[in-house]
Order: sequence, then structure tokens, then C-alpha cells
Amino acid sequence: MSLRPSKASGPDETSGPDETSGQNGLSGEDIDKNFSDLHDPLSLLQAKAEADRCLYCYDAPCIEACPTSIDIPTFIHQIRTDNMVGSAKTILSQNIMGGTCARACPTEILCEQACVLNVSNEQPVEIGLLQRHAVDHLLAKGGAHPFERGPDTGKRIAVVGAGPAGLSCAHRLAVYGHSVTVFEAKAKPGGLNEYGLAAYKMVDDFAQKEVEFLLGIGGIEVKYNQSLGGTVALDTLRADFDAVYLGIGLGATNALGLAGEDMDGVMDAVDFIEEIRQADDKSTVNAGRNVIVIGAGNTAIDAAVQAKRLSAETVTLVYRRGEAQMSATDFEVNLARTNGVDVRLFASPVKIQGEGHVTGMTFERNAIEGGKLVGTGTTFALPADKVFKAIGQKIAPDMLKDFVLDGHKIKVNDRFETSLDGVFAGGDCIKSGEDLTVQAVEDGKRAAQAIHKQLNTGGEA
Amino acid sequence: MADLRCTIAGVESINPFWLASAPPTDKYINVVRAFEAGWGGVVWKTLGEDPPVINVSSRYGVHKNGNQAILGINNIELITDRPLETNLAEIRQIRKEWPDRVIIGSMMAVIEEDVWKSLAVKIADAGVQGIELNLGCPHGMCERGMGSAIGQVPEMVEKVTRWVKDVVDIPVFTKLTPNITNILWSAEAAQAGGADAVSLINTVNSIVSVDLDAMAPNPVVDGKGTHGGYCGSAVKPIALNMVAEIARNPETRTLKMSAIGGIETWRDAAEFLALGAEGLQVCTAAMLYGFRIVDDMIAGLSDWMDEKGYASIEDFRGMATPNVVDWNALNMNFDTKAFINPDKCIECGRCHIACEDTSHQAIEFAVAEDGKRSFTVIDEDCVGCNLCELICPVPDCIEMRPVDNGKPYLTWPEHPMNPMKTAD
Repeated sequence: MSLRPSKASGPDETSGPDETSGQNGLSGEDIDKNFSDLHDPLSLLQAKAEADRCLYCYDAPCIEACPTSIDIPTFIHQIRTDNMVGSAKTILSQNIMGGTCARACPTEILCEQACVLNVSNEQPVEIGLLQRHAVDHLLAKGGAHPFERGPDTGKRIAVVGAGPAGLSCAHRLAVYGHSVTVFEAKAKPGGLNEYGLAAYKMVDDFAQKEVEFLLGIGGIEVKYNQSLGGTVALDTLRADFDAVYLGIGLGATNALGLAGEDMDGVMDAVDFIEEIRQADDKSTVNAGRNVIVIGAGNTAIDAAVQAKRLSAETVTLVYRRGEAQMSATDFEVNLARTNGVDVRLFASPVKIQGEGHVTGMTFERNAIEGGKLVGTGTTFALPADKVFKAIGQKIAPDMLKDFVLDGHKIKVNDRFETSLDGVFAGGDCIKSGEDLTVQAVEDGKRAAQAIHKQLNTGGEA
Repeated sequence: MADLRCTIAGVESINPFWLASAPPTDKYINVVRAFEAGWGGVVWKTLGEDPPVINVSSRYGVHKNGNQAILGINNIELITDRPLETNLAEIRQIRKEWPDRVIIGSMMAVIEEDVWKSLAVKIADAGVQGIELNLGCPHGMCERGMGSAIGQVPEMVEKVTRWVKDVVDIPVFTKLTPNITNILWSAEAAQAGGADAVSLINTVNSIVSVDLDAMAPNPVVDGKGTHGGYCGSAVKPIALNMVAEIARNPETRTLKMSAIGGIETWRDAAEFLALGAEGLQVCTAAMLYGFRIVDDMIAGLSDWMDEKGYASIEDFRGMATPNVVDWNALNMNFDTKAFINPDKCIECGRCHIACEDTSHQAIEFAVAEDGKRSFTVIDEDCVGCNLCELICPVPDCIEMRPVDNGKPYLTWPEHPMNPMKTAD
């Protein structure tokens, strides 16, 4: 049985863009169709049938493949035994954002790649969809938060950033009985879950529902519009709290380094995705008519596919290397192609055309010579009224000045301690595996364990 | 193509597949549909004296595996709830329309000679090819002194069988209840009463599940439940054993058997025939999937017989019976070891944890540097229990390999370590 890809087909283009109004011309119906769930949730019948395919492996490879070590065979077994709440608790005890991870994780390179059914060339168990089924059941059921807060320890911890890394840490600290204050730079919590993932992965305001659920543990206060280095100073936090945890993510983006990057129409893909996610009415988002996306990660795919689904006429994704080097998963690249995105490989941007507003770009074809990527000197041009840059993110440089670094990220030891006493960090702002939601959740959880241990032992972790 | 025609207690049938006396054989339309689907015969739903019984609403409960598959049904339905003459008229009609098919009349009554005799004669007169005595129904009717209330007392089994044999000249099948301590006592009693055959097993007394909201056994009838009769593939192992016991018992080995109990596939059918049954009765499988399942029972049995070179059922019927022996006749020197084929292993680890936790710690689990997991049997520790082979999800991945130890066949009574060993 293969339940995937469920809705990888192209966008519905019943009406063209309306250039005069600045809107994309899609009806509410088109929008609903183009931005509905990428994968339909499993029905109970499907979930039961899929759960029955799990072999309940011993010391299962899927557990090891999960950055948060969810006990996957157990939670699937619990679906089989009709213990749906228990199943959700098994998931959430390891990964409090199991709901988002079930939607956004590249399961095909994580748990599902490790599924032993692959060994006999069978479809792996749809672990992501089963996880979503269980967690959604618990969230829909409502009622008391499934975890209990320990007795108040009297310790106060500041968490900077209400994204997956920060909230995961905050939740685990609250479970230990500590009091947590979260400082969030934006007006809403969730971090990239709220602002940075394609809308069809997080329908029905799931990021906010998940945060609301997570905060149900109690003992966590979230302060919004509080940016580190702006309204909040690190020194103050260090003075006012028993420990500080930074889950600040990557606030800045890499630039192409070309003249004209400040032209109208040239923007960061993350900003475009945020615009879509935050739009009350997606028909007001103008994705452009001819769109170029530069990059090869999942952010590039999210931007390209959504541009197409917002009725852009042409969307061309350009990457300087080959398909094997793309960091987006095969599933994501195929999703782009089936949505009508033209994927151009081995081409580097060399020039942005336009006056005031971008009108196109010129690319140089690349080749591999002696194992190295080199420009061939031949070029081609593409017209564009929108260019979305998705060539990676980095920490805003002013955030880094206080810390010892590891490359371009904050250096931490195996207890998630930075070079500053009492300051811990996790998530995308440190080097720890892939920059994935699931990794950020794991970092937050483990940092909370380290902080708890240190506070309990008077500083000797 | 193999010839599936057979004779069951003297009754000729186009194939060994009959529908058992149960809801699927309750009336004309069901039976006609069954014959259209290819069933060789039916045992009509049990007839009793008028006035007919009244059945309750909510009649079945089920035992499922982890997913959707039903392993067994439990039912609390009684015998036919239609007037006797209505049933007999329909039987007469179908006998005319389907001359090559078998109808056996099932009956039950209280333990009174004239009642049994007069009812048997009425049913025989309707043209049935045999009569089956329902001495097994474990719910409801037994509370009225019928069904298993008779079947559990060997003297009554013999008496009732004789009463009916006295008044009809068609084969009599005595249907046995499994809700006893020793099936041989009932089988021998039926034989003593002159039964042409025994039909077994009737349903097993059971509570199939408890509704944890209603806090009552399923099926729940207005807040209450009762024990019912359990059937379906879950009871097949019980039926196989009882059939084998009768087949290998010197006193009953010539007794004809119509086997019933969880027959769902051609393979189940072949197993009962291999243990000596002449015919087969099916109910639950038809209730779960419809009468069409007989197609593959016929085709599968026939294909298997062709493959094995059996031209007719008689060619293999009872062939497994001599190999069913007492434990004391087993060879203590036989040794078999599990072998895990590394090329087929998908590394799920199920064999390891089963052996490690619940058996003999005889499967070594190692992880290579490249992350590859390997599972290897430690021959010295393997007792040949089969557990790993049985639970392995991959077909033919774990094989049980007999060890050629050159030792002679040695039974426990002959074993040197047996303190009760008979002197040489």
C-alpha cells in the first residue's frame, strides 16, 4: 500500500493572474484546493491497516533514525490496540512537537528510510502519517495536558525564541518544575513552524494549535515582540534568570552578491513563504508572473511550489550543482516538478536585469571538471518579475559577537553550553545534525535536561 | 482435474463442501443461493417442534485480531424461529429443484422418545438425504434440556441416536459438542446408538468479549449478555484434535465423520480430510465473506490434489491419522536447529527478542560497524522449538534444519533417563 504521494499533482489554474489588481486572481475555491493538506490525514481504517503493516521490530532502526528517538514500534502498536491517547503520549514524551514533525519531517530520509520493509523492497510503513493520526487524535480530543508538571523548583529560566528549539526546551523545563519565560521577537509563537513552512504542510493553523497545546503544561510565560539585542539584552537575562537558553534560529539570509539585489521583486524566499503563511486571504499574495527561485533546499521548493500554486505562469528553480547535491529530498524535488516547476541544474546566477524592478536574470552554465564545479562561460537569460533567494540562512552577525563560534554558528559543548556561563543554545543556531524542526526539538529537549541537571547540582553538570 | 465427488456416510455429494446447520441455511433463498454458488450440500438450520422459538435481537459477537480480521464469531441465536411446515415445504421444493445436491435435516428436541421419533419421521418424509441430531448447541436451548444438555451425557447421546435410527432409513449424523472433557465418550455413545456418522464440532461455549462501556458480555442484549457458541477459524485447532482423536481411537476409527470447525480455506479442508473426515461443513467463513468462498475451496483443493497426484479424496483421506500419536511415541533423539538465511533477513529483530525473552537465548544479535544488523543462531543453545521460524515475517527466511545425529528412534518410555523406564 502506498499512501503517498497523495496530492502531488499540479495547481488548479482556473483563472489567470490579474495584473491590474495586484492580486493573483485565484478564487477562494482555487486557494482552498491549492493550499489544502499535501497529504490527506489517514482515516481510522487507513491508520489501522497501515499500523498492521508495522512488524514491531526489536531495537528498531526507525527509532535510531529519528533525531528525537520516538519509540515508533510502540506508538504504532498502540494504534493497533486502540490506545490512541497512549500512542500520542509515546510520541510526545520524546517529541512535544510530534504533530509538526509528522507533517514537516522529511521522513523519507529519516524514520521511513530506516524501516526494515525497505530491505525487502516493500513500501516502508507510513510512520509520519501514523504519527499525525495519533497526535491529531489527542489534540482534537482536548482535555487535560497529557504531561504533569513537577513541583515548583523556584528556578527561573529565560528562553529566547518561541520556535521549535525554544518551545521544546521550555516545555521540558516546565515538566521539571522550573518557571520559564520565553522571549519571542515576532508577534506569534511557532518560529519556522508558523512562518517558514509551506502552507500546504501546516493547514488549519496547526502551528498555533500545537503551541497552545504545548503551553498547556503551565509554568511558561511567552513575551512577544521581544528581540534579543533589541528590547532584550543578554546581560539582563543572565542577571535576572538562573539560566538562559537561546533558540534563536537563523535570522539572516545569504545574499547572491550581485548588483541589483535590492531591486523590487528580488526577495528572500523565507519572506515570501512568511507572506503566504500570514496572509488572511492568499488571493492577495502576488507571486509574480515569471518567477525564478535560486537554491536547492526545501525552502526553495516550498517557495517554488507555492508560487506556482499562486498561479505564476512560469517558475524556474535554478541550482548551481546537480540533482544529487540538492539538499531538498527526492520527494520535494518531484513535488516541484509535478507542480510544473522547471528545475534547471548546473547554472549559477551572474546578473540581475532591470531598472528599479527586476525584469530577468542571466545564468552561467556550470560543468564538473576534474571533480570541481567550474563555469563554462556560456550563459542564458530568463525573464522574471520575481526572484526568490533560497541559498541558505545564517545567524544575524550582531547576535554572534558575544560567543565563541563553530563556523558560522554558536559553539556549544555536549551539554549545550555556550562559551558564556549559564547560557545554553540549541536548534538551527548551533551545529547539530540537519537544520530540521525535529533536530531543533531534540536540541531543546536535551538542553533542558542539561540545564535541569546543572541547576540541581549547583552548577556541576 | 481431481475428482472431488465423495460419499459422506453413504450420502453422495458433488464435493465435500456442505454448509453447516446455522443461520446461512435457515430458509429457501439462502440455500438456493448456496447451491447456485456451488456448495455440495447443506445441513438445514435445526428444526424443532412447533411452536417455533423466538430469537433475541443482537445475536453475534466477534473476536478480532489487532486489525480488522475476525478470528471467531460467538452467537446466541437459537434454532429456526419459523414453523416446522414452512421449513419442510421449502426443503421439499429445493429437493425438486436441485436433485444433485444434498440436504440434511438437523433436528433437536427434549429427551422424550416419541417427540424425537415423530419429528425425525416428518423431516425424513420431506425428502432429506440424512438427519443430523443437534446435541451440541451450548446456549439457550440447553437451558430447555436440549442441545448440549443432551450431548454432554453419553447415555443420552446413545439413546437419542437409537430412537432416530429406529424410525428412519436414511443416514443419521450425531452432532457432537466440544464442551466436554473427552470427545471419545460422546463419539463412542453415538456409535453404540447406531449413528452412521458423527458431525463435529458444534460451537464452543464462550464469552467472546466484554463491552467495557456497557460492562456486559457481547453481544449485549439490553444491558445483559450470555455465553454463546464460538466458531470460526479460532476453533479449528480444537476441532482438528477432536477429529483426530476419534480417527485414531481403535473403538471409533471406522466411524464416519463430517468435520466442522473453522474451515475457511481449501487448506483447512484438506487438513480435516487428511485426518480422516469424509465430508466438511462450513458456516463462519460463509457468514464473513459470502457463499462465493466455496469457489476457491473447490479450486484450491483440486489444484493441490493435482499437484500431489491425488485423483480423488479417498487417495489421501486419513493419511495423516497414523502420524498422530501420543507424546510418548515421539522420537526423543530427533534434533532440529533454526537457521536464519542472512540473504532473506530484513533485520527486524523479532526472532532475537522472542528467543531472548521467552525461549533459550539462542539468537545472537550483532551490529556491524556499517550499521548492518545480523541475527545468528547459536546451535548449542537452540532447542529447535520453532518459535523464531513461526514469528519471522519473511517467508522462508528461517528454516528448521534436522540434525543428522545418527541416533536411533527412542521414545520416552525407552529413554535411559526416564525413572519409570520399563526394564529391558
